[in-house]
Amino acid sequence: MIPELGLLALILATCLAILQSILPLVGSFTGQVRWMQTGKNLAIGQFFMVLLSFICLVYAFLTNDFSVSYVASNSSTLLPVIYKITATWGGHEGSLLLWILTLVGWGMAIALRSEKLPLVLSSRVLAVLGMVSVGFLLFILLTSNPFTRILPFPPMEGSDLNPLLQDFGMIIHPPLLYMGYVGFAAAFAFAIAALIGGQLDSAWARWARPWTTVAWVFLTAGIAVGSWWAYYELGWGGWWFWDPVENASLMPWLSGTALMHSLAVTEKRGLFKSWTLLLAIATFSLSLFGTFLVRSGVLTSVHAFASDPTRGLFILIYLLVVVGASLALFALKAPDVRSTIRFGLLSRETLLLVNNVVLVASCATVLLGTMFPLLLDALDLGMISVGPPYFNTVFVPLAMILAFALGFGVILNWKHNSTQWLMSQVRWIFVVSALGGLLFSLFYDSRFLISEALAMGLVFWMVLAMIRDIQNKTRNTGLLQGVRKLKPAFWGMHLAHLGVAVCFIGVALSEGYSVQKDLRMAPGQMAEVGDYAFRFDGVSRKNGPNYVSDYGRVTAFRDGREIGVLNPEKRLYVVQQMPMTEAGINAGLTRDLYVALGEPLGDGSWAVRLYVKPFVRWIWFGSILMSLGGLLAVSDRRYRVRVRKKISQPRATGASLAGGQA
Amino acid sequence: MKRWTLFLPLGFFLILCTLLLAGLFMEDKTVLRSVLLNRPLPEFSLPVLEEERQVTQDEMKGQVYLLNVWGSWCPACKAEHSQLVNIASDGFSIVGINYKDSPELALNWLSHSGSPYLYNIQDTDGRLGLDLGVYGSPETFLIDQEGVIRYKHVGILDGKVWNEKVKPLYEMLEEEAKL
Repeated sequence: MIPELGLLALILATCLAILQSILPLVGSFTGQVRWMQTGKNLAIGQFFMVLLSFICLVYAFLTNDFSVSYVASNSSTLLPVIYKITATWGGHEGSLLLWILTLVGWGMAIALRSEKLPLVLSSRVLAVLGMVSVGFLLFILLTSNPFTRILPFPPMEGSDLNPLLQDFGMIIHPPLLYMGYVGFAAAFAFAIAALIGGQLDSAWARWARPWTTVAWVFLTAGIAVGSWWAYYELGWGGWWFWDPVENASLMPWLSGTALMHSLAVTEKRGLFKSWTLLLAIATFSLSLFGTFLVRSGVLTSVHAFASDPTRGLFILIYLLVVVGASLALFALKAPDVRSTIRFGLLSRETLLLVNNVVLVASCATVLLGTMFPLLLDALDLGMISVGPPYFNTVFVPLAMILAFALGFGVILNWKHNSTQWLMSQVRWIFVVSALGGLLFSLFYDSRFLISEALAMGLVFWMVLAMIRDIQNKTRNTGLLQGVRKLKPAFWGMHLAHLGVAVCFIGVALSEGYSVQKDLRMAPGQMAEVGDYAFRFDGVSRKNGPNYVSDYGRVTAFRDGREIGVLNPEKRLYVVQQMPMTEAGINAGLTRDLYVALGEPLGDGSWAVRLYVKPFVRWIWFGSILMSLGGLLAVSDRRYRVRVRKKISQPRATGASLAGGQA
Repeated sequence: MKRWTLFLPLGFFLILCTLLLAGLFMEDKTVLRSVLLNRPLPEFSLPVLEEERQVTQDEMKGQVYLLNVWGSWCPACKAEHSQLVNIASDGFSIVGINYKDSPELALNWLSHSGSPYLYNIQDTDGRLGLDLGVYGSPETFLIDQEGVIRYKHVGILDGKVWNEKVKPLYEMLEEEAKL
């Protein structure tokens, strides 16, 4: 009964979504206030319907209802309760339901906060969101119903959740990621509403900005968790693999980052209007495109869902309708929102333009690398796979250009700056950074690495430029007083940029100075890797709830002192007969020790892989700082002040102007 | 900015969609191209990774085996690896095609993780993979004792696929061979 209730709720949600995409939109053209006001209640109703449906699915998992086909193929009686809940989004159908739940959740949030918006705008935004969710609801109902039953002979036991997904990282990774993906639907809806109305002012940008930033915060956190998960769960020692599915999340992140920066210009200076709109459309399209890649089976990947061409076709048609229509609308209406303000060559505007160009170029690079094998295959030119070498060669220089531009960007003011002034600002920073990078690379390790010198130089460059900016902004009032007067948006910007610098440190040092050894180790045997010594203490059998494990024990030493015990594991998940590696990690601020078990080699010896990875954790620290920076920026008061007052207020001056970028 | 440039994103998007549509309807990659199914292995003469010798398709006849396409650069292959080791330890024969890889890295990986393979065919330039219609690694072919391709699986050969599809077929072919 319960699964049927869930399905019914989904069907009702679809009806509400259809109404939501028609009534408020029509009302906004005919000026019927009643019709426009329906959007809010429809969005709330839709959310509760989808929530009910989701709860029904969770309930089916908790009660081991294997007559539901999706439950039977993603759960088993042995599965721990927490994973029974998270198994709800462990497969295609359920994760799609979670995606829809987050989408309508965003829809409701916007509806609830929409009182601040002009009614015409908010009703159009909600109508666009309604259209987006109609597509996804039809998709799930027509091709991927999670409530399909296996009757009359349901299996006695389910085939268990994929062991890769039985992990804490996997519990939070998809919801975070979906919050990000789907959050860009808000920016998209705002953009379409602006195009329909042919009006885009800085008030518009001020409404659209916090939603975009929050989406970006979630996406950043989601990608970071995914990378962290790959690091400790896959046991390959890496944190990014340029897998098509990873690329699918990186593309909207890159264009979303560009969007955030371009929105800053649109809000502060009323510039880049059509460009901002295009980015908003592109970012959400890339989120949809990622969904297509993951679920259609067009590309093979480690964590692609079961492929099904019907689903692929459905999403493709959906993409064609949504994105095609939006881009057509853009092509026709963009001239209406053209801006005519000018700015000097040496200005924050220019640097943000550079930022956008570099980010969009990176995004195009990833898109090309992901699509290239498919392109060649389609043209029958043979088959290739584009691997990390391609991405690294193109991506690393782009990241460095971006970091260099960042330094100028935070120092420069809006509108216009003189060359002389800029030179006086950055001269010493430049010299100190260049020397700092060189000295660092000379003394950190016996090898001198030019790429690491460059990367560390850029870290100095970014951090010093930020400090200089804080100094500049507090010059008139004195540092202590000035610091207190600066707005959260300003601090958010710098915190997020500090995150970029921290991330740089992590990537540069862990890539440059990691030491790795593959060894055959007998119990009691010692091995030295870098400054550390490892003693292999052997492997014992252990039983988990639904797996058996070869539980290794490795003791790590430094300078003869014991610093920790690592427990790498090889697990065999019973139901799926699937072996899994769990790396043993001794985490530290300045280095991770990382041990993975290979294969048993007889007489108690094992193939063991030992790593010392300096500063690898900083990659994720950096991502956390970026996310926190985003949150801090959103907390700025100016996003919460009522619209009417906002419009009559004079333009912000001085310090608060600078806070526009985070 | 000229008026027509505003249509560029739309044009680009439509081209991308055409490509994706083509990708969807290209022959189903998880199923063997009908041309190759039940046809003998393509001709080749390639070095063996572990030893100083060449191997050709004719020398490989005479037994049922799995032909697994892999590379040390391919994360999914690494995920598949311990499953292959299990299969090999259950007494099934696996021959590897080390696809577009450097011999050094491949041997390094095998010595670390244990080799499930009887031996590996070294397909450095990917020619054999191309003839076999390899789309992406890992891929696994089932070859009968006449050297004819009987089944192909694209992607990780996990416990489920192995136990439900490939293993029964393998055992059936072995029965056939005994007759």
